Amino acid sequence: METQPSTPKPKLFIVYFLLPALCIYTIFFFVPIIDSIRLSFYDANGLIVKEFVGWGNFKKLFTVYPFKERLINAFTNNIEFFLIVTFIQNFIGFLIAYLITRRMWGANTVRKISFLPTTLSVIVVGFLFSKLIFNPVFGVLDRILEAVGLEFLIHAWLGDPATALPVLAVVISWQFMGETILFYTAAIDNIPQEIVEAAKIDGANQLQMIRYIVVPYIMPVIMIVTIIIFIGDFTQFDIVYAMATSQGNPVYATDLFGSLFYRAAFTVPARGGWGIGMGAAVSTVMSLVVFIGLAGWMVFFKSKKKVDY
Amino acid sequence: MPLKKVVTRTIYYGVIIFYVITIVYPIFLMTVTSLKPTREIFQNPYGFPETLYLNNYVELMVKANFGTYFINSILIVLISLLIIVMFSAPAAFVFARYSSRLNRFFYIYFLAGLVIPIRLGTISLLKMFVSMGLNDHIISLILINIAVGIPLGVFILTDFIKMIPRDLFDAARMDGCSEPGVFMRIVFPLLRPAIAALAIVIFIPIWNDFWFPLILIKSDSMKTIPLATALLFGQYNTNFGLVFAALSMASVPIVIFYLIFSKFFTKGLLQGAIKG
Repeated sequence: METQPSTPKPKLFIVYFLLPALCIYTIFFFVPIIDSIRLSFYDANGLIVKEFVGWGNFKKLFTVYPFKERLINAFTNNIEFFLIVTFIQNFIGFLIAYLITRRMWGANTVRKISFLPTTLSVIVVGFLFSKLIFNPVFGVLDRILEAVGLEFLIHAWLGDPATALPVLAVVISWQFMGETILFYTAAIDNIPQEIVEAAKIDGANQLQMIRYIVVPYIMPVIMIVTIIIFIGDFTQFDIVYAMATSQGNPVYATDLFGSLFYRAAFTVPARGGWGIGMGAAVSTVMSLVVFIGLAGWMVFFKSKKKVDY
Repeated sequence: MPLKKVVTRTIYYGVIIFYVITIVYPIFLMTVTSLKPTREIFQNPYGFPETLYLNNYVELMVKANFGTYFINSILIVLISLLIIVMFSAPAAFVFARYSSRLNRFFYIYFLAGLVIPIRLGTISLLKMFVSMGLNDHIISLILINIAVGIPLGVFILTDFIKMIPRDLFDAARMDGCSEPGVFMRIVFPLLRPAIAALAIVIFIPIWNDFWFPLILIKSDSMKTIPLATALLFGQYNTNFGLVFAALSMASVPIVIFYLIFSKFFTKGLLQGAIKG
């Protein structure tokens, strides 16, 4: 064996170490996202792109019936959906996370169990809730309401346009609360013990502890969780498909960006298809919303860094 | 114990127990429903089955062809994971060891993939796969999964390789090991725990993916478990036993997998999200 001096031209191997990952990621992730935006400026017949129409698709989308109505409806629904999910997941998620970070019997098991729903497929959860829990004939929820004397609340939960969307939001929160709890428990575990002890010595009660120590300390994680929820909710589709079909039943009351995009781009006109060009326009608007969310995230982290130093 | 403490403890455990029931009961209900004949489901929907009834599962395998879908899903997960590790580990090695301006740019470029949802590129992906003749084939799903998994792979593994002590590299270099040799002989064997964490975190979204199979897959022999489950629901809307056997089958592997590996899992997921 010869001994050779180190660093013999590292350049070449770097290229072939990086290239496979770079190629696949660029071709099947980055380029499609850019290309989908490009396609929203074309008129298309099926999958065959015909001609450049400039802002034509967007003009149609923002001004012409029924495109405009569907878009506005999906957007307002999506905001309502996001607000309900954010509130439930952050609020109850924080409460549970705070409770199970106390030193109490069984806390570790609860941590483990809390994540179980998040591992399931959204499709599975959607069917499970629409068929067994919110079923108008023998749904568990209505039976429980009956048992505790709240019969007047019994309801066609998914058939009523007023309750269908909140129900979907509750189900998604049920599923992804585990993720929120996972982040919050990790963040609360990381709060330095000295700070907690000092506050205790100063005579802080539980509420003051939460208000002045815990919440400020885990604020960055609260922001991260909120952004994750934001991106997930504005591309959510599976829950609508499973609980309200891709039509967003009843009467588009549960239609979100994801389901509108699916119908517009990938179904036949009879089922709400608008052709690839218009579908791409919907997808571009969706991208814009997601990118604004991401930009908000980055601005937040920049300002956070300034405070730190 | 003072009374106040008893009261707070009772409230504490009351809240926790209520929460655990809301989490566990729906999953329990799904499983027991799959173990009842349809008639019993309507008569006794909420409790344990009278006898252990496995016919729903038999029917699912024989009549509804779920064996094939199961194999498809497993194949997709395994092949995707293998290639994600094979491609992202060398890239992570470069990012961890060489920090030129170009490398830092590429690293950020990869990290963007952690937060941008791939669904935004669906139309173009469909077009691409149709022109390649790969739509309606699980290869298209595998390629997408790899592209989505590589950013997380690069991120988790780069972090891990950075923690390997430099002395180890230097010693190997003194012994005449080339850089690719250092990677193959020193780094790769050490990566095992990081690869385990990566595999566990990526397994779940790949197994559960519904969007891309729905859009790309048409023929029966190429369906995955979530797609087949959704279509089964449309087809056998009233055969509750059968459809809930399908739901359970889509969930049981992943739940078991999670319960066994939850420790790695938590670590991997937190690493992937909090620092990103």
